[in-house]
Amino acid sequence: MKARGLFLALWILTGAEMVFGEAGDGQWLRKVPAKDRSRVNPLANDTDAPLAGAKIFAEHCASCHGEDAGGKVQGKHIRPNLRSDRIKQAAPGELFWLLTNGSQKNGMPSWSRFPEPQRWQLVTYLKRLP
Amino acid sequence: MKISNFRHRCVYHAVALLAFASAGSLRAQENYFVTYSHQLEEPGNLEIESKSITGSPGGGNPFVATALEFEYGVRTWWTAELYLDGQTTVGESTVFTGFRIENRIRPVLREHWINPILYFEFENLNGADKSLLEVVGHDTREDFLSRNDRSEKKREAELKLILSSNFKGWNVSENIIAEKNLKNFPWEFGYAVGVSRGLAMAMSAKPCTFCRENFALGAEIYGGLGDRHSFGLADTSHYLGPVLSWNIPRGPSVKLSPNFGLNGNSNGFMFRFLLSYEIDQFFSRLRGE
Repeated sequence: MKARGLFLALWILTGAEMVFGEAGDGQWLRKVPAKDRSRVNPLANDTDAPLAGAKIFAEHCASCHGEDAGGKVQGKHIRPNLRSDRIKQAAPGELFWLLTNGSQKNGMPSWSRFPEPQRWQLVTYLKRLP
Repeated sequence: MKISNFRHRCVYHAVALLAFASAGSLRAQENYFVTYSHQLEEPGNLEIESKSITGSPGGGNPFVATALEFEYGVRTWWTAELYLDGQTTVGESTVFTGFRIENRIRPVLREHWINPILYFEFENLNGADKSLLEVVGHDTREDFLSRNDRSEKKREAELKLILSSNFKGWNVSENIIAEKNLKNFPWEFGYAVGVSRGLAMAMSAKPCTFCRENFALGAEIYGGLGDRHSFGLADTSHYLGPVLSWNIPRGPSVKLSPNFGLNGNSNGFMFRFLLSYEIDQFFSRLRGE
């Protein structure tokens, strides 16, 4: 009976964290496996990649992160600023990992439905933001 | 005269939907009509979708059935949907056939080789429903032959296990379906499997409407697997349909799919078409943020 109560409490706490944990706190960076962190962006020097990435951003990301990628506050939700030092300092592989897996507890969905080249184009765009 | 009225109704519905969609923003979540992938609605977004099917079953009257879908991303891991179903059958009537409420939950938050989604649906439909959003049990073409009759009420619970993978631009999705009429009927089973891929892997640098990156091709196969007392392929129907998707940048999404019956219990040919429109951050917009 005690075990059942403990399980129920844990379940409620986990659920509450999933429901209310919304801030972009950068915790995701700690979860990136080393082999993903070290991945090299194959489109880093592609001249079209930032433009293509900007198209993807305008279509799929701007509604949350703002047209200028400067972040937004929507109601109680804080949408992270993508011009921040955290993004500038993140390795391309880390950003690619984030796009692939999302940070679902923080409201960032997975974009794995985009083929890999499109995700790398988006990474190139993000890394070139001033 | 009846055929003419039917055509007028079809044209009216098509024009109304196009006018509605022309105000909008792009992208549908799925590349399929029946199969679900693990792609959920982005949190805060509302997708409005008109999913139609038309057919002319041998021995029955031609029909068009439409499910109007409102899909909302509650959380990244939870999508809720409301369907309103209706249909028009030539020489009979145009009827509202009921509603469905469904929820899709993603229990595993990270991306894996195979990503499971749990699906729960409650349906309150009548016997005239022809929207064919899934095939289960011993559903056959006979279901399309009886005249529109709303006296039969079907309150059903439907569970799906959705398994889906994205790999090198391909999506492969498998759905296992279990459905129960909440009266004393046995569980019925069905399946749906889909494969799809975008026509271009990388996005082009210039804006374009007709370039390959906006199109996806796929195919799905779905059918019934009998019920608890008679599980298997006997007296079941099955369909195969190629799917073409076109996501118009900053506009609506369009999908077309001819569906072919694969055995004598299936309708020989049906055609599906879909128009969807997504409103980003719906409630934030309402609040003017």
